[in-house]
Amino acid sequence: MSRLLTMKNVWIEGRSDETWTPIINGIDLHLDKGEVLGLIGESGAGKSTMGLAAMGFCRDGVRISKGSVYFDGIDLLKASAAKKRSLLGKRIAYVAQSAAASFNPAHRIIDQHTEGPVQHSVMSRAQSEQDAIELYAKLRLPDPEQIGFRYPHQVSGGQLQRAMTAMAMSCRPDLIIFDEPTTALDVTTQIEVLASIRDIVDQFGTSAIYITHDLAVVAQMADRIKVLLKGDEVETNDTRAMLSHPKEEYTRSLWAVRHFKRPAKPAVHTSATPVVSVQAISAGYAKVDVLHEVSFDIHEGRTVAVVGESGSGKSTVARCITGLLPPREGVIEFDGIALPLDYRKRTKDQLRQAQMIYQMADTALNPQKTIGEIIGRPVEFYMGLKGRDKRRRVEELLDEIELPADQYFDRLPSELSGGQKQRIGIARALAAEPRFIICDEVTSALDQLVAEGILKLLARLQDELHLSYMFITHDLATVRSIADEVVVMKDGKVVEQGSKTEMFSPPHHPYTDLLLSSVPEMDPDWLSNLLAERGVENIGDAAVKKMK
Amino acid sequence: MSIVLKIIVQRLGLGVVTLFVVSILIFTAVNMLPGDFAQAILGQGATPEAVASIRRDLGLDQPPVLRYFHWLAGAIQGDLGNSFAQANFASFVGSDSGGNKASVAAQIAPRFWNTMFLAGVTALIAVPFSVLLGILAALYRSSVFDKFTNIFTLSSISSPEFFLAYILILFLAVLNPWLPSLSNIYQGMGFGERLEKTLLPALTLTLVVTAHMMRMTRAAIINLLASPYIEMARLKGTSPMRVIVRHALPNALAPIINVIALNLAYLITGVVVVEVVFVYPGIGQLFVDSVKIRDIPVVQACCLIFAAAYILLNLTADIMSILSNPRLRHPK
Repeated sequence: MSRLLTMKNVWIEGRSDETWTPIINGIDLHLDKGEVLGLIGESGAGKSTMGLAAMGFCRDGVRISKGSVYFDGIDLLKASAAKKRSLLGKRIAYVAQSAAASFNPAHRIIDQHTEGPVQHSVMSRAQSEQDAIELYAKLRLPDPEQIGFRYPHQVSGGQLQRAMTAMAMSCRPDLIIFDEPTTALDVTTQIEVLASIRDIVDQFGTSAIYITHDLAVVAQMADRIKVLLKGDEVETNDTRAMLSHPKEEYTRSLWAVRHFKRPAKPAVHTSATPVVSVQAISAGYAKVDVLHEVSFDIHEGRTVAVVGESGSGKSTVARCITGLLPPREGVIEFDGIALPLDYRKRTKDQLRQAQMIYQMADTALNPQKTIGEIIGRPVEFYMGLKGRDKRRRVEELLDEIELPADQYFDRLPSELSGGQKQRIGIARALAAEPRFIICDEVTSALDQLVAEGILKLLARLQDELHLSYMFITHDLATVRSIADEVVVMKDGKVVEQGSKTEMFSPPHHPYTDLLLSSVPEMDPDWLSNLLAERGVENIGDAAVKKMK
Repeated sequence: MSIVLKIIVQRLGLGVVTLFVVSILIFTAVNMLPGDFAQAILGQGATPEAVASIRRDLGLDQPPVLRYFHWLAGAIQGDLGNSFAQANFASFVGSDSGGNKASVAAQIAPRFWNTMFLAGVTALIAVPFSVLLGILAALYRSSVFDKFTNIFTLSSISSPEFFLAYILILFLAVLNPWLPSLSNIYQGMGFGERLEKTLLPALTLTLVVTAHMMRMTRAAIINLLASPYIEMARLKGTSPMRVIVRHALPNALAPIINVIALNLAYLITGVVVVEVVFVYPGIGQLFVDSVKIRDIPVVQACCLIFAAAYILLNLTADIMSILSNPRLRHPK
């Protein structure tokens, strides 16, 4: 095989305030023709920066300070802007994490597809349109003749991600950088996109750099894996070799993340009054019905995981329980007593008993307030503590979430990491001394190691304070590690519910089965086996077969 | 499309209500000013009899509420009444008091078209100029060109209008006699000559409104440059100019259109200083003169025109903003 891309001793820096801080510290990378390299690491590892550098591109406020990038003999760091533009899109293409954000909302999909081939004089507009339709068909997009003539907002996320892959293919590049292309997708959609990417890369013999934080995903896609940590290379090896014999401690710790599992708790007495009982609620926005007769109970000291794809109505249930969205029909009981459906009609004590932790800790904390003020507010509002008592209570809470009070009391949220912010979110919920907490995708924006820390914290708090959790998630690994009972939702209905053991052992409801089997596994043959098992030689039929 | 239609109907309805409220406000405000038309026109040495006689002739002796409804009844039927000032001159000359020639409509109409002509010429120069400058400033952001454009437009918006007008007269009419410094427009004038005489005031107004539109264009575009879809366009090898014009501008249109509408409304309603400097016979001067002599019917009519201009331009801007949003144009 011949060498396509050679990056030697690459150093990259990013500007923060007035100084340049290192992002990538002297990494070597090379790629042969037709090879797929997986780049993995947690957020902040510099994966995306490295991927963009392979295109000779830096985001604003980032610079390559040292090293060389040669693509097919061309020095990308010394090439003129015009020379680089003649390569980008034509010979090196990029597939971004969020297709929804990376397609221009003002133009139709096919107009954006043909832009590259036309401006690089690869094809005429008409040829490129024809080619786009063929690519859409290859990627098994529904209605390939027409789908390109829609605007991005008229097409679903998974379909857009495939359309973006088609767009990257439009000039038949030699190299494609895939930057977390499936991270924003549901597991069931992810499979289709993964399979179609792999299919088309094989078919055209394209080289690729596949960036992800998900080991199981990279195992399906890459020939070789490179692990990054905070801008340094940890190790590189062939996929199978690395999966079976990781050399470094850090690599092994990435493997181990999914192993956190709580011991099963004894079954609940059937006679016990549940803390929260949701009874046949139906709800919706304006004229659209989102929930249809959803019912489940949450008992003291237990965790009920509500799982389903995006759009299944998980978060709407949470909005109903908190009273933000009064359901049209149904009853919500707390300790056997029916709650007013509208939060404005609930007493302060009723409000205090149910708290919420949010997915995006970033946006859920007021950036202008210090940690002490953020946690102090519910302490004062619900518990009536002031002055020294309030401060002492906030310090206790900070201890609970394992952040030293003397260091964190006066800090602003912007000075904390993602995991620390989520801990502050937990402390704020605890401040009200609730009996029930809704956790809405609390770990999905976090790296696996950090997420595991949050899950362990929540588990410990549950044991100490007898809290009940409703855990909204689409990640079945999280469910496996923390849930006692599981409620599976689809299209606003509960399709299956029961204890975790029941849920994870067959027989399953077909939809639960689809969800479970779609979670990627470390085995590099998993995807191929799964597709074979589902009775399809290539991707496309999976889409057709899905959910029939 | 039904959304757009609904908005148009709704907003036009609200617009009528607004016009009604404006007319009450203006009527009350002018009545609260010290003195009335009779005193203003007869001056210091007027005898009480003369004042009373004029008041009687014009109906000013009747209670304000009655006068307002009288005016309103006429306005609804399209009759904006007669100008006090014109009626008065007619009676001095001794002709019949049948003041059809002195109707407000007849008095305002030519002035209104002059104002629209000036606003139109200015808009045709200023809007493309500002948007282009804004695009170029965004393209070459932080360059010398960008800084120069910012300083130039900011200093022109910060200078008094008459000062800008005199500078332009100095350079374009006095030192280099290219353009006439007086805009004495009259009816029946040829288009070319009319345009020539309108050019200097139009250029002055261009300097006044450019900064706002140009800076909004620049800011709205730069605001989008960090978007993932702009990065995507750059990673496809798209040229910087095309990135801005094709990928950023269509998504930045809404705020730009709104600022343009505001500035166009200003061109119709607020250019009295420039009119005075160039002796341009527009509606602004007429308005100020009418307030001075408490010529209520004319003041009312001018205010209604101003209010209508704001309402219609803002409505147009909103509709164009909606049309520039593909999510609303092409629902799922």
